[in-house]
Amino acid sequence: MSETLFKNNGVTDIGDNYAEKYGFHDPEEYFHKGAKGLNHEVVEMISRMKKEPDWMRDFRHKALEIFLAKPMPRWGNTEILNSIDFDNIYYYIKPIEVQGQTWDDVPEYIKNTFDRLGIPEAEKKFLAGVSAQYESEVVYHSFQEDLKKQGVIFLDMDSGLREHPEIVKKYFASIIPANDNKFAALNSAVWSGGSFIYVPPGIDVKIPLQAYFRINAENMGQFERTLIIADKGSRIHYIEGCTAPTYSTDSLHSAVVELIALEGSYIRYTTIQNWSHNILNLVTKRSVAHKNATVEWVDGNIGSRLTMKYPCIYLVGEGAKGEILSIAFAGKEQHQDAGAKVIHAAPNTSSRITSKSISKGGGRASYRGLVKVYPKAENSKVSVECDALLIDDTSRSDTYPTMEIDAEDVRIEHEARVSKVAEEQLFYLTSRGLSEDEARLLIINGFIEPFTKELPMEYAVELNRLIELEMEGSVG
Amino acid sequence: MNKSDTIFAIKDIHVEVEGKEVVKGVSLDIKRGEKHAIMGPNGSGKSSLANALAGHPSYSITSGEAYIDGKNLLEMNATGRALAGLFLGFQYPLAIPGVTVANFLRSAVKARNGGGEKVLKTFRKDLMDKFKLLEVDKSFATRYVNDGFSGGEKKRLEILQMSVLKPIMAILDETDSGLDIDALKIVSRGINDSARADGGVLLITHYQRLLNYVKPDRVHVMMNGRIVNSGGPELALKLEDRGYDWLNANAA
Repeated sequence: MSETLFKNNGVTDIGDNYAEKYGFHDPEEYFHKGAKGLNHEVVEMISRMKKEPDWMRDFRHKALEIFLAKPMPRWGNTEILNSIDFDNIYYYIKPIEVQGQTWDDVPEYIKNTFDRLGIPEAEKKFLAGVSAQYESEVVYHSFQEDLKKQGVIFLDMDSGLREHPEIVKKYFASIIPANDNKFAALNSAVWSGGSFIYVPPGIDVKIPLQAYFRINAENMGQFERTLIIADKGSRIHYIEGCTAPTYSTDSLHSAVVELIALEGSYIRYTTIQNWSHNILNLVTKRSVAHKNATVEWVDGNIGSRLTMKYPCIYLVGEGAKGEILSIAFAGKEQHQDAGAKVIHAAPNTSSRITSKSISKGGGRASYRGLVKVYPKAENSKVSVECDALLIDDTSRSDTYPTMEIDAEDVRIEHEARVSKVAEEQLFYLTSRGLSEDEARLLIINGFIEPFTKELPMEYAVELNRLIELEMEGSVG
Repeated sequence: MNKSDTIFAIKDIHVEVEGKEVVKGVSLDIKRGEKHAIMGPNGSGKSSLANALAGHPSYSITSGEAYIDGKNLLEMNATGRALAGLFLGFQYPLAIPGVTVANFLRSAVKARNGGGEKVLKTFRKDLMDKFKLLEVDKSFATRYVNDGFSGGEKKRLEILQMSVLKPIMAILDETDSGLDIDALKIVSRGINDSARADGGVLLITHYQRLLNYVKPDRVHVMMNGRIVNSGGPELALKLEDRGYDWLNANAA
């Protein structure tokens, strides 16, 4: 029996509240903070400050035109979407002039922030590389030497463009073009930071790489851009986390993430999204899996006011596999509109979607999913499981699953459930001496266990703690 | 006998479920070290009594008194009763998907002992000892609580909980149902091992066969919400032999 079984899973630990642990903010002593608002001048300024090649500058300007022309989505949470005041957002803040290679290079106040978030500690313990983004720029970056020697590239996206223009030009926006949707266009116009990863053929990066995204300023817009390419037969696990201070006005986080899994490769992308409740999180994530490649999105959404995010996998090569495992926690005044998309475009491909949501205190969790199987994708397998748990009568769960199956011999499993924490379960646990809150938390931790068991130990503990934090005082 | 010899006392307990009275005045006095059995046909109110005493929110005690080790049980909620040392072995244990047996037991032990580090340190060894006693495989610890368990496995887990939590008063609701003879022997061994010399056990059962392995000091027969007869272990044998009808006639 493993030791970890008996380790504290955080169920009965008492957590601090978000405000103390994550919701604090630093004074702004920035190298550059432009004016609010968005126009071609802002785009030009960003591109010039970054000394970008012409093709990227042109790409940005075209993307801005697309953004301005595209209407707002008419689905998801239209009320919040239509209330976004794009003139009241800072699109580019450069906190420091030069990126740190050691934590000592980073200004004291920023280092303290990441210390409080536990990043340097995690780096020492179990990460092969760390990227820490603060506002628009990656302020700290580290990567193990032996992986560098094996040819693995792990850089912030801006450095990636400077140092490996040929790879970036080939793959950048290749699966999420600027005109994909309004927020992808916005990101394409003003993107800054994010990660660029290339894993050479046959290389197995055994230890995860992590990026951490921190928003500090009020009315900030963070638009990081991530591109991961796993060459033939390689393997990589990338983890991202994010937090922000609590302000009374909304900030915007709109990332674009593209994953390219070449033949026989494996990419896992894990997200623990813990934005403060004033962040609108509107993210486009998509991947392609070539022949016999595997892509896995492990997507945890705890924070934000509104999240609209549907990680997507295109299975374009024979035998490709895709898995999307997600949980969403919707508390008071939160709307998690999350889901998954899988496109089967080759024979013998398989996909599995597992979505779990918890709603409480009037929160709303929606699953929005699409599985499409093209005619030539015969002998494919599809499995979709949606599980919603409602903690009280005021909360809400919706499921919008779509399946378009145009091929023969496709095996499909689909299950959707909405349940409540059963009184009988609560009685069973309280009759063993647990308080009602502890009992409810244990049931919830069990409910999301299929998700947490996929996380590295440290993150599983952290996630259970976050859920506990959200559950505190939820019932009398 | 002085008062402190009684570990569990209930006086004229009435229980309602959905507005219907199902227990109509039951009294018991269980002394330290004693095992009592309540027998009776289906629907006689045995399980309702057990659930009500453990604090199930759907079973309301409308009148009467109940004390565990001198403490007023009815002033406490289910959690408080458990922390005061009461344990209910469920007739139909609930599945808690995603929660491992080890984690569940650990949480319960922690709750029971106020999170004392010392107890948790010995938890793993204690648990392994109990696994041996109840002849369950180590893999039991990593399975989800009652999720996909056979009837026998569920009952073993109930007794495993009893043995780990060491309650001062255990009410075991039809722990013998659904067990084959080998499993019955193992579960009985677990009950005998877990019963505290300073505590009490109340066995609720249809059948006499459990009482061959867990010897009761007193046997009560419950019918239509009332205890209609009490006696020594020989009463159980008589019921085995003659059924409940002769009592029915008496009660009527």
